[in-house]
Amino acid sequence: MSTRRIFAQPARYAAIAPYLWMVLFFLVPFGFVLKISLSQTAIAQPPYVPVFDFAEGWAAINAAFAQLSMDNFRLLVSDNLYLSSYLRSLIVAVASTLILLLIGYPIAYGMARLPQRWQAIAMMLVIVPFWTSFLIRIYAWINILQHDGLLNTVLLALHLVSAPVVWLSTDTAMYIGIVYSYLPFMILPLYATLSKMDPALLEAASDLGASPQQAFWLVTFPLSLPGVGAGALLCFIPIVGEFVIPDLLAGSGSMMIGQTLWLEFFTNKDWPVAAAAAVALLVLLVLPLLLYDRLQRRTLEGGR
Amino acid sequence: MARKVNRLSPFNVTALALGVAFLYLPIMILVIYSFNASRLVTVWGGWSLRWYQEFFNDRAMLDAAWMSLRVAAVSATIATLLGTLAAVGLVRGERFRGRSLFSGMLYAPLVMPEVISGLSLLLLFVALNAERGFWTVTIAHTTLTMCFVTVVVQSRLASLDRSLEEAAMDLGCDPVQAFLSVTLPLIIPAIAAGWMLAFTLSLDDVVIASFTTGPGSATLPIRIYSEVRLGVKPEINAICTMVIALIAVVIVIASLASKLSSAKAESAAPL
Repeated sequence: MSTRRIFAQPARYAAIAPYLWMVLFFLVPFGFVLKISLSQTAIAQPPYVPVFDFAEGWAAINAAFAQLSMDNFRLLVSDNLYLSSYLRSLIVAVASTLILLLIGYPIAYGMARLPQRWQAIAMMLVIVPFWTSFLIRIYAWINILQHDGLLNTVLLALHLVSAPVVWLSTDTAMYIGIVYSYLPFMILPLYATLSKMDPALLEAASDLGASPQQAFWLVTFPLSLPGVGAGALLCFIPIVGEFVIPDLLAGSGSMMIGQTLWLEFFTNKDWPVAAAAAVALLVLLVLPLLLYDRLQRRTLEGGR
Repeated sequence: MARKVNRLSPFNVTALALGVAFLYLPIMILVIYSFNASRLVTVWGGWSLRWYQEFFNDRAMLDAAWMSLRVAAVSATIATLLGTLAAVGLVRGERFRGRSLFSGMLYAPLVMPEVISGLSLLLLFVALNAERGFWTVTIAHTTLTMCFVTVVVQSRLASLDRSLEEAAMDLGCDPVQAFLSVTLPLIIPAIAAGWMLAFTLSLDDVVIASFTTGPGSATLPIRIYSEVRLGVKPEINAICTMVIALIAVVIVIASLASKLSSAKAESAAPL
C-alpha cells in the first residue's frame, strides 16, 4: 500500500505536460469559439470584429460585455436554412444509429458465438477497416455508386433495371456511406458485452422451457443493453456533426449542420455565424457527451 | 440438448459472411480498378500501372503526400509521448485534483465532431497570430490523436499486475526506475499500437487539416478530397491503393514488433 502511494506522486507529475497541452489546445479554443460566436461579422482578415481583448484586463472585458452580440444566434433561430440543417442532422443521426444497430447486432452476435480461435480473427477483420482511411472508404463507394459504376452495371446486366439508377447525390448513398464507415464502432462494443455473457444463462433459459427466440429477448438482449448504449453513443455523436460523408454522397438539396458550418466558414467567410453553429451543435451534444464520458470512465477505469 | 443453445446457426453465419463482404468488397474493388488501363470505370482495359506513373509525375500530389507523411510522423510521435504520460497519470496517479476534467478532455475528442475541433483550433491559432502550415496541422493532429493513444495505453496499463512495480521498488528501485525497467517494457506493444493508430488517423484526416492548414500546404487527404468532389479519377484509385498498402505494412510491422516485445517480456517475467 505504501509503495503504491510512492508511485502515485511521480505518476501525477507525468500528467502535467498532457494536462497543459489539452487545456491549451482543447479547452481554451472553445473559449474562442464562444467569443467569436458573439462578435459581429466584418469584411476583414480575420473576418470578425473582436468582442474584447484578454490583454486589456477586466475593465475592458466588463465594458465589452455591454456590446456582446446575440445577432448570430438570432440568425440561427430565425433563418430556415439553419433550423432545417439542425433538424436534418438529428434525423440522419437517429436513423443511421438505428440502421447501424439493426445491421451491427446480428454480426456482433454471430461473432460472439464463433469458436474462441475464430473470434480473434473476426475481431481483426472488423478492426482493420477502421485503420484504413475513412476518406478512401467513402471514395470506394463513389466508384461503385456513380452513374456508370459497378452497381448500375451489375443491375443492368441482371436486367433488374432498364436504365441506370441515380445513386450518387441521394440520401440512400449517404446512409450507405455512414453505415459503412461507422459499422466497426457499433460492432465492437456490442461484441464486447455479448462475448462476456455466460452461456450457462441461455442453457438455464432453455432448460426452463424458453424457445431460442424467447431466450434471446428475455435474456440475451436485456443483458446486452450496455453494449447497445455504448455503440449508439459512439455512432450518434460524430454522425450529428458529420461533414465529409453527406458532402460527397448526399444531394445538395438539404444540408447537415456540419455542412452548414463548413459553408459559412469556407465559402461565405462568415466566421461568427460558423462559430455560432459550432456552439449550437455543442449544446445539442452536451447530454450525449456527458453520458459517453461516464461510460468511458466505467469501462476504462473500472469501478473506481 | 442444452449444449445446443450456443451453436452457430445458419443465420449467424450469413450475418457474418455478409458483414465481412460489406466491409471488404468496396476496398477490393477500388484496389482492382487502380490497375485498370482504361479511363472508364465500366470498361476493363487490361492490367496497367499507368495511374501510378501519373501520380509520380504529379508534382502537387507528391508535395501533398510528403507533407502528410511528415505531419503524420511528427504528430504521432508527440502524441505517443503525451498520450503515454497521460495514461500513466490516469491509471497510476490515483486521485488528484482536476482528474475528472483531465479524463473528460481526453475522452471527448474521441467522438467530438471534427468540424468543431477544427474550427476551435483555427480560432486559437488566429488569436495567437500563428502562421498556418505544417506546425498548426501537426499540433491539431497531436491534440486529436494523443487521446486515442491514451485510451490504448490506459487499457493495457490498467490490466497490468501492480505487484511487479511494487516488487521492483521493494528491491530498491525508485519509482522512475521501476517504471522504466518494469512497466515500460510491458506496455511497449500498446505504445507501438498507439503510435500507429495516431499515424494512420493523421494520414486520414481531411476536416481538421482543412481548417488548420495555410495556403500552399495542403495535405494528401485535402488534395484527394478536392479531386474526389469533381468525380472519380483513376489516379485517385492508385493513390488510395498506395495509402492502403502503406497502412497494411505499418500494421504488419507493428503486430510483429508487439509479438516480439511481448515474447521478450514473457520470457523475462518469470524472474
